[in-house]
Amino acid sequence: MTPREGLLERLRRGDRVLGDGAWGTMLFDRGLPPGTAPESWTLERPDVITAIGQAYLDAGAEIITTNTFGGSRFRLAPQGLQDAVSEVNRRGVHLAAAVADGRAYVSASIGPSGLVLQPYGDADPARIADGFEEQALALASAGADLFCVETMTDAHEAALAIGAVRRVAPSATVIATMTFDITPRGPYTVMGVSVAQAARALEGAGADVVGANCGTGVEAMLAVVRALAAQTTLPIAIRANAGLPARRGGRLIYPDSPSRYASAAVRMLEHGVGVIGGCCGTTPDHIRALAALMAARSA
Amino acid sequence: MTGHLQVLAQALQAGDRDRVEALTRAALARRTEPRDILSTLLAGMAVVGERFRDHEIFLPDVLLAARAMNAAMVLLKPLLVRDGIPTLGTIVLGTVAGDLHDVGKNLVGIMLSGAGFEVVDVGTDVPADRFVEAAVASGASVIGLSALLTTTMVNMQPVIDLIERRGLRGSVRTIVGGAPVTEAFAREVGADAYGFDAANAVQRVRALLDLP
Repeated sequence: MTPREGLLERLRRGDRVLGDGAWGTMLFDRGLPPGTAPESWTLERPDVITAIGQAYLDAGAEIITTNTFGGSRFRLAPQGLQDAVSEVNRRGVHLAAAVADGRAYVSASIGPSGLVLQPYGDADPARIADGFEEQALALASAGADLFCVETMTDAHEAALAIGAVRRVAPSATVIATMTFDITPRGPYTVMGVSVAQAARALEGAGADVVGANCGTGVEAMLAVVRALAAQTTLPIAIRANAGLPARRGGRLIYPDSPSRYASAAVRMLEHGVGVIGGCCGTTPDHIRALAALMAARSA
Repeated sequence: MTGHLQVLAQALQAGDRDRVEALTRAALARRTEPRDILSTLLAGMAVVGERFRDHEIFLPDVLLAARAMNAAMVLLKPLLVRDGIPTLGTIVLGTVAGDLHDVGKNLVGIMLSGAGFEVVDVGTDVPADRFVEAAVASGASVIGLSALLTTTMVNMQPVIDLIERRGLRGSVRTIVGGAPVTEAFAREVGADAYGFDAANAVQRVRALLDLP
């Protein structure tokens, strides 16, 4: 079940929509063993997935992301979960939908394959497209009508994922975000994709909302947002990391406190960002702080 | 560098694998010394590494060049062995225990072999003793440790500790890298070097081995 008014309609009216925060780092904080696929907990510890989703909903998130980022066969197979693609993705949607219960959008996450596509690597694009289609089909059949293709660094791979969603769910809303580093030449993905190239590729493949996620923190993300706003007329979605992690006694600590993250993130709304949430290191507290600033801003 | 080798170096920098392969064959056919072809290719890869470092080109360009280099090395390697030309050195490369990510590690492997090193890839989720045994068995002078997870980068320390305990410190150096790994972390765990990306890792390995 999704909220009555579609995400795109709200964005076109100029509404700003608050997304949720990180999933991977939340799961590691709750004891997901290193090297274990986060998606395995959809099957083994659904209570934890539900609790994280509920915490984001309670914090004010209007979008609940499914725990399916690595739900393609490319990432599940190395964990021996190649036969669980359908189950991981269907149950991922069901868990998020049960939390959202019509009060938030359920955003079906599709992350990168982790492979390098030809001609730069060995992965056959046709095989990659098939794998994304398999994942997208499971997500769509479970009722997802909002998809989030995220953390992409190769524009070709992003386009393959968006195309796969479009084939199995032609009327779905697709958010597509790439991950940029700040170089002396400006923001580029590790595969050398500029913000302008990303905007063209994501739009051309059929994304409804384009943007950026992950990366080196919310300040760096502002540079991406400025560049992106000049390149697209589509609504923009942003989920930044809570800074660059530092190591404290064997654990990784993300430096940006909820208030610091929120006050920097809310500035992106001035640049036309329509959907804002958080990526690695952000928590329900970050989202709650952002909700408060957004409410104050629109009051 | 004579004309046909200059053309080869340019083809390598352009990442044109077919052309590099054809030009290497042609150079061999006209009896150019394999070691001269090798130094041409290594010089070409050095330029690629510098241009990457200076953000003139991006990772895909480097990957294409490294793949072209590897295609040429398939032709050259038997001849270099025959002529008794030593390789630059052997590097054991793997992702540490608990971590299944291999993209970054594979990139480093492609670029190290592209730069003329022998690479022994021990795979992912590799326990400390396997790294050290592979290094001893292959006579490697460097072990490269990769981790993509903040939760697994702590598993670099046991490898470095084991090298110390086995009395191999000095003869087997370590270089660490991966998304969450920093120069400060590398120092903290006692690694000999830190590579912030694949191209930089090659430069740091060269420096570890006192290669120009």
